[in-house]
Amino acid sequence: MTSPLEQKKIKITGPSVVTANRTWDGAVVYRTAQKGWSTELADSAVVSTSDDARALLAEANADDVGAVGPYIAPVELKDGGKVKPGNLREQIRAKGVTIDLQVPA
Amino acid sequence: MYAYDELDRTLINERVSEFRDQVKRRLSGELTEDEFKILRLQNGVYLQLHAYMFRVAIPYGTLSSKQLRRFAHVARRYDRGYGHFTTRQNIQFNWIKLAELPDALADLAEVGIHAMQTSGNNMRNVTSDQWAGVAPGEIEDPRIWSELIRQHTTLHPEFSFLPRKFKIAITASEHDRAAIKIHDIGLRLHKNADGETGFEVLVGGGLGRTPFIAKTIKPFVHGRDVLSYIEAILRVYNQYGRRDNIYKARIKILVHELGIEKFAKEVDEEWKQMGDSELRLDHAAIEEVRSRFSYPPYEKLPHMPDELKQAAHDPLFERWRKNSVAPHKVQGYSIVTLSLKPVGGPPGDATAEQMDALADLADKYSFGEIRVGHEQNLALPHVAKRDLPALFKALDRLGLATPNVNLVTDIIACPGLDYCSLANARSIPIAQELTRRFANHDTADLIGRLHINISGCINACGHHHVGHIGILGVEKNGEEFYQITIGGRADENAQMGTLIGPAVPYAEVADVIEDIVEAYLALRDRPEELFVDTVKRLGVEPFRERVYATR
Repeated sequence: MTSPLEQKKIKITGPSVVTANRTWDGAVVYRTAQKGWSTELADSAVVSTSDDARALLAEANADDVGAVGPYIAPVELKDGGKVKPGNLREQIRAKGVTIDLQVPA
Repeated sequence: MYAYDELDRTLINERVSEFRDQVKRRLSGELTEDEFKILRLQNGVYLQLHAYMFRVAIPYGTLSSKQLRRFAHVARRYDRGYGHFTTRQNIQFNWIKLAELPDALADLAEVGIHAMQTSGNNMRNVTSDQWAGVAPGEIEDPRIWSELIRQHTTLHPEFSFLPRKFKIAITASEHDRAAIKIHDIGLRLHKNADGETGFEVLVGGGLGRTPFIAKTIKPFVHGRDVLSYIEAILRVYNQYGRRDNIYKARIKILVHELGIEKFAKEVDEEWKQMGDSELRLDHAAIEEVRSRFSYPPYEKLPHMPDELKQAAHDPLFERWRKNSVAPHKVQGYSIVTLSLKPVGGPPGDATAEQMDALADLADKYSFGEIRVGHEQNLALPHVAKRDLPALFKALDRLGLATPNVNLVTDIIACPGLDYCSLANARSIPIAQELTRRFANHDTADLIGRLHINISGCINACGHHHVGHIGILGVEKNGEEFYQITIGGRADENAQMGTLIGPAVPYAEVADVIEDIVEAYLALRDRPEELFVDTVKRLGVEPFRERVYATR
């Protein structure tokens, strides 16, 4: 997965969300329509145009205390409007590591 | 072990207070992330996929049992119960909260552990041979020199804002276990014709997207001049090194662009100008550091104790002994490597329980000392041979007696896409699958010495370029693919591996590696011919044919 750290131009081709890491603990968070952050992807504000994505990202960037490194990530909308991560990187961020750990995660 | 003095302790404690204040200001919004990032990186704190990652230095790979217990404590109290030993004698905690990091740092500082020089564009943790001070035939203990360089470079303003990170490794043995040829500066300790101790100085090694093997710029620099010579190198780097392009900022690029002769000439001229500076180490300064390293009160023990003779009848013990136990410079003692590569486990990970138990075993059998190697394994450096059978049983109960050191399942792997924000593909699940494929120890013994290295991106933290078999994760149209190289090596004959063909998808990697290994077994001219030697003799073509003929 190309790292979103290299994300320079904002151009989306499908439904997207803004995600980041929460400042105090680094947890994965998603920007909500209520201008806050949630650890649940289901709570995220889903945008479908580049202009809306740009606006959501700008709003997220303004909250430097709440979360670190916001970027736009693709999602898939399943039947019933359920939001799913759009690539493997985001699946791992949403669901955790894919490996067997020696200790409970 | 090295005993820190009051100056070291004060420095470490002041650093904790400073970082506590920086974190407080970040969390209150007084510092922006842009302002804070460089400060957290100077304290080993990265932001990864799921959480902050905290990288802690283990200078020259030497740990006390007390320090290892403190790692267990940090893993248990602030993280998720485990830590990850890296390829540069550090340990990483993957799930640590920023708000709790100052407390974790303070807990570590109590046992002389810190996170300085583990990230950022500065002089990184100086690494060395994990068998330093105990390996037979060693010129002298390279950690003396590692520590002198550490003291000189820690928080040194000239080395704190370099164009890019800068890594030094030191070896003092004929066989290079410190991988000095893939470091920015590699130092090989040896003696000149007059019996004086000094260094062959190599410069410009490194992996990443532009890999180079380091080249020698000075066959012998007297030990007393090592700091001034390193400083001369850094001055040339600071003067000419590029800061406009992160991908061209490492010293290896400068050495390549200037040419080794011109670079060496520039360094020599700079060095001559420095003259007899205060950087020349006098005998007393060297001896002061030497005196702070303590060595165990070894007993006079037989070469072959009865306990070892009796245990030789146990095939499981014998397999482990042959694989994991190495000769020691003192008769009656051994160096024991502890594999952190169990079948199906993430390479380099250790649980808090394992760390605590291992600390107890170190106290019981190794004078309280543990070593960390770049291969992501640990070692007990001073084990009496008579204690080997009892140690084996204890290690086996802990899952730390996998007899695979240097074999096909002793895989070096970066954290990959499961943790790392830079990664393009996963590394650990590939390693886990390969350890399952080659889980049969008889098969692994038959294959012999074979190093597999896996990196999840071109930054090459898994050192894939120098793996006998290297696996590099790349992304193609949103899918994980892996490039395979063969014939690399990281030792005194270091060289980059050669790409065998197009990248293969995630699901096929283990099959491809099995094909390569089967081809090797069929092609080697005798059982003793190592995989890398077969590749050297025949080239990559027969392996390429085997892998791609049916794909």
